[in-house]
Amino acid sequence: MTSADLAIVVEDLKKTFTARRKSAPVEALRGIDLAVNKGTVLGVLGPNGAGKTTAVRILTTLLQPTSGRAFVQGRDVVKEAAKVRELIGLTSQATAIVDELTGRENLEMMGRLHHMPRATALARADELLVQFDLADAGDRTAKTYSGGMLRRLDLAASLVSHPDVLFLDEPTTGLDPRSRLAMWEVIRALVASGTTLLLTTQYLDEADELADEIAVIDHGLVIAAGTSDELKGRVGGDIIEFTVPDREQLAAARRAVESMADGGPPVVDDAAGRVSVRVGSAGSEALVETVRRLDAAGVTSAGLALRRPSLDDVFLALTGHAAEQTEQSEEVAS
Amino acid sequence: MSSIAWAASDTWVLTKRNLTIWARVPAYLVFTVVQPTIFTLLFRYVFGGAIPTKGFPGGYVDYLLPGVIGQTAAFATMGTAIALAIEAQKGVIDRLRVMPIARSAVLTGRLAADGIRMLITVLVIVGVGYAVGFRFHNGVGSAVAMIVLAEAFGLTLCVVSLFIGLALRQEEAVQAFGMIWLFPLTFVSSAFVPVATMPGWLRAFAVNQPITHVINALRSLALGTPMGDNLWLSLVWMLGALAVFMPLAVRVYKRVS
Ligand SMILES: Nc1ncnc2c1ncn2[C@@H]1O[C@H](COP(=O)(O)OP(=O)(O)OP(=O)(O)O)[C@@H](O)[C@H]1O
Ligand SMILES: [Mg+2]
Repeated sequence: MTSADLAIVVEDLKKTFTARRKSAPVEALRGIDLAVNKGTVLGVLGPNGAGKTTAVRILTTLLQPTSGRAFVQGRDVVKEAAKVRELIGLTSQATAIVDELTGRENLEMMGRLHHMPRATALARADELLVQFDLADAGDRTAKTYSGGMLRRLDLAASLVSHPDVLFLDEPTTGLDPRSRLAMWEVIRALVASGTTLLLTTQYLDEADELADEIAVIDHGLVIAAGTSDELKGRVGGDIIEFTVPDREQLAAARRAVESMADGGPPVVDDAAGRVSVRVGSAGSEALVETVRRLDAAGVTSAGLALRRPSLDDVFLALTGHAAEQTEQSEEVAS
Repeated sequence: MSSIAWAASDTWVLTKRNLTIWARVPAYLVFTVVQPTIFTLLFRYVFGGAIPTKGFPGGYVDYLLPGVIGQTAAFATMGTAIALAIEAQKGVIDRLRVMPIARSAVLTGRLAADGIRMLITVLVIVGVGYAVGFRFHNGVGSAVAMIVLAEAFGLTLCVVSLFIGLALRQEEAVQAFGMIWLFPLTFVSSAFVPVATMPGWLRAFAVNQPITHVINALRSLALGTPMGDNLWLSLVWMLGALAVFMPLAVRVYKRVS
């Protein structure tokens, strides 16, 4: 692989926010390295406060790094910021949409700001409205849009100029499951058309669905990187969970499922009466097997469920602490 | 196209956007048109009779109108600060800044739109004024000069408001802060009553503060009363404010994140 194949390169990037008031400086990024091949999707996975947005802001020229370097399509994001801006699109956690303008007017304005002639900007707006399933709503003001529609319009707005590299900062946070699936659909279509994508998310399943490679970041450091399968290998695959209302039976339950475990012994939470078993990729077969075994052992269980590994599980496996706890301990410390 | 031509084009696109937003939010229209109308009528009919204004050709209504114009121009700049604060807070400005547009366009587009808004407000007040007895007494040239001065004054305060909006970045804070400086400055001035009626300590402030100079200058241009030092003092104050707040506004704008 040569550097010409890389759309994004990040080398030992650091960002320290020196607070204006007397609080201690925040080390948002403590030296991260990333490399994204052209036409691929990098999922940057991390809990609240990990440094995802900070990294995106530096890559999109909005923020100066404290040290380190970053390149987009071979262009230095600090020294060639103006050039980089011509190559990228950004959909951030904040919106670019003006509520009082219609969907079409919003997109047309973006086109005009990208220096398209009026007719081209209008044609592009129409094209995007169709592509993002907003054609019927194109002449309504954005104020009247649902959350999902707004996100789609926002994404469309960042695509007006056909950017080579697109940055999506938590594109589905706060969306209901249906809008989330619709968003994934749109993003997949984009990737199929050859756009390089850097996507941040707090959801492992989202990174799993959309990303070719995943970088897990925590406290401003990349703590793991690889394909989704590689990461899940480290987590230990699917998890079966159930509770045993009668605590007397807890030990029997544990013994019953012990031999199914793949990737560490079953975890028993005595207080909650809950048993979790990692079952690798056995999935629903393991679920049936669990029911059978608990039955045979005469254990009454409740709330039996198969869970895909979550961000929490990734964190638990990689760092030994859950994602939420990281955040909480951070708050206590500050 | 040259970079200057693109900067002009970007400014125009954003000006149009700002004006469209303004035209579609009823509350903004009320601020621009209804509020100054009400002010003119209130002062003309409620307080007017009680305020002695000897030496002004048409009595209080002639005295009042330039004052209302000055005050309204000052208050209108709150809209500038609020709009920018909201956009900075929502992240809209960031999204504009990742596009290959002229960096200055966000500010110039705001100033241009608010300048147009300001002009409409001034013309509305003059129109309402004419309906209730106000007249220009100093010829067409001076009447136009008065409107130009009012506009220049308004735009100067818009630049101050660019800074305030971007520095505070919070609608409520901008509103509260606006009250703190705009109310005393506009009311403790010659806008509505001759400063001679104020107690000594207050008069000392009222006579020497910039808004009094500007309003006196507007009045002289409209009515032909003696100008004295008011015009050049107004211009000095305005240039001074621009020299201080333009660089400050650009600085906070570059830092918005
Ligand atoms: N402008 C700033 N000034 C000071 N600290 C900041 C600033 N921006 C971010 N931080 C801090 O840097 C750290 C990383 O923040 P960042 O926004 O990059 O996290 P994130 O991974 O995007 O989180 P989230 O999932 O909540 O969006 C946090 O501790 C945050 O408080
Ligand atoms: Mg973030």
